[in-house]
Amino acid sequence: MSASRLVLHEPEQHRFEINRAALVDPAIFREEQERIFERCWLYVGHESEVRAPGDFRTRTVCGRPLLLCRDSKNELRVFLNTCRHRGTIVCREAQGNAERYTCFYHGWTYDRDGRLYAVPGQSAYPPNFDRTQLGLKEPSRVEAYRGFVFLNFDANAVSLREYLGRAAEYIDLVLDQSPSGRMEVILGTQEYDIRANWKLLVENSFDDYHLLTTHATWLDYLKSSGVEVKRPEKGHVLPSHGLGKDLGNGHGTTDNVNFRGRPVAAWIPIYGEAAKPELERIRAELVLRLGAERAKRVADTNRNLLIFPNLVLLDGSSVSVRSFQPLAPDRMRVRAWALGPVEESPLARQVRLDSFLTFYGPGGFATPDDIAALESVQEGLGAYKEVQWSPLTRGMAKEGEQLNTDEAHLRAFWMQWARLMQAA
Amino acid sequence: MSEIRRADIEDFLYQEASLLDAWRLDEWLALLTDEATYRVPSNDQPQSDPKNALFTIADDIRRIRARVARLKDPHAHAEFPRSRTRRLISNVRILERSPLVVEANFVIYRYRANEDVRTYVGRYRHTLVMRDGALRIQAREAILDSMELASLGTVSFIL
Repeated sequence: MSASRLVLHEPEQHRFEINRAALVDPAIFREEQERIFERCWLYVGHESEVRAPGDFRTRTVCGRPLLLCRDSKNELRVFLNTCRHRGTIVCREAQGNAERYTCFYHGWTYDRDGRLYAVPGQSAYPPNFDRTQLGLKEPSRVEAYRGFVFLNFDANAVSLREYLGRAAEYIDLVLDQSPSGRMEVILGTQEYDIRANWKLLVENSFDDYHLLTTHATWLDYLKSSGVEVKRPEKGHVLPSHGLGKDLGNGHGTTDNVNFRGRPVAAWIPIYGEAAKPELERIRAELVLRLGAERAKRVADTNRNLLIFPNLVLLDGSSVSVRSFQPLAPDRMRVRAWALGPVEESPLARQVRLDSFLTFYGPGGFATPDDIAALESVQEGLGAYKEVQWSPLTRGMAKEGEQLNTDEAHLRAFWMQWARLMQAA
Repeated sequence: MSEIRRADIEDFLYQEASLLDAWRLDEWLALLTDEATYRVPSNDQPQSDPKNALFTIADDIRRIRARVARLKDPHAHAEFPRSRTRRLISNVRILERSPLVVEANFVIYRYRANEDVRTYVGRYRHTLVMRDGALRIQAREAILDSMELASLGTVSFIL
């Protein structure tokens, strides 16, 4: 089935349906690799993960082995981590610091700037062997926005800043937690597979419709710890008001009035009495620096931001950077980190990390149930030929604001997906 | 009190394992002190401190109890229907006597509906204390050997 037939959109009829083949079919999966992942800006890592000349991290993005590192001038670089000789992975450690990168197979050695520095027995090569042409290759484009490093395999892509568009202001909102506007990735990576199509995690990451049912036990935990969880107002499904926003280019976000705790800076009993003055100090700093209105925006709203196609910034119980790599139509690998202000006090850092684990991650009180839901969906999609279509129409007949429990922002993702899949 | 021997530790760890495998979680809770902690470090930082590193699990006793309450609730979807687990414990060593720190290797086989076995391999590091003449857990850490969780997926059961 061609991609154009997979998203059925008839605005006048209030119809918006996803053909389930989009989540199952291996041919669609292969097409996505070319039309989406080889054309969009993809998250590689954060500048704080490599700090000094020679620091490196290895990472796989879109099936490509990458070296995220600092060169001899301490500039951030991304190389394709494959030896120009036979293809071996040149740097085989997860992280570290290197003076040079030596391929263990035949000993070709590259310097920190990616130049081919030495080749054992070079004299056996013909005269046209040119070491200067055989440095480590770089992806077509590498650009960063406020510490977040992205690559693009398409040399003709628009700039990262243009690509992010209106999503950038939501990244800024996260970074406003930090007095210097700088956040860092904290030690410790959560890396796990989900046996589901990657687009299901896109949906799940900013679909708040599922909160009450999927995360019933998490809400119980909050309530039993002393957090006030209000009964939803009439016609609503959540304890607080929240919006779902289409930010263009497939990006989208929820934008919710906070009712759960936030390390910056909404204290809940789970954080302990000892943390109360510290959170008050953080809030006072926000107000002083940003003014009362912006401080409220930073501290009293929570937002799950999707950067199309596979990066999510969760600014809720903590801040999590989550990216996911499709491995197969029914499998993805998720990598998630905690992000915190560079100048955070030890106590605030402790609260941030502890609060993270109340909800997020493979051992949290909520994420495992999300994963169970996605895996259950994928299993259910086994009947995709008989049960072909999934409706995605919440909020569609409504004028004005779209709620976080509506599906306008999910539809925006799928429309961008369909546009790219149909593009020549 | 006579000197604690490795066999005493083995008996205790086997008992703990059998309670967890049988999902007798309230009885398991009774093995913990009121100050107990339960930790699973991130796979890439097996030796770190939850004060400054992201863990998979870093519970104090309140959250351990909340975790058990959650797991007993059929709305804990990740464990409904429950995983079946079977723990094999070996290489038990007493590392320190005061406080009493013990380590043991574990293999935990986890079975869920419609899928192959998931095998969690690693070591336990327990700090134990004597309370009312019985061993109790003051701190337990489960350190996984795998480089990342990858196909192990979640740690929604008690490791």
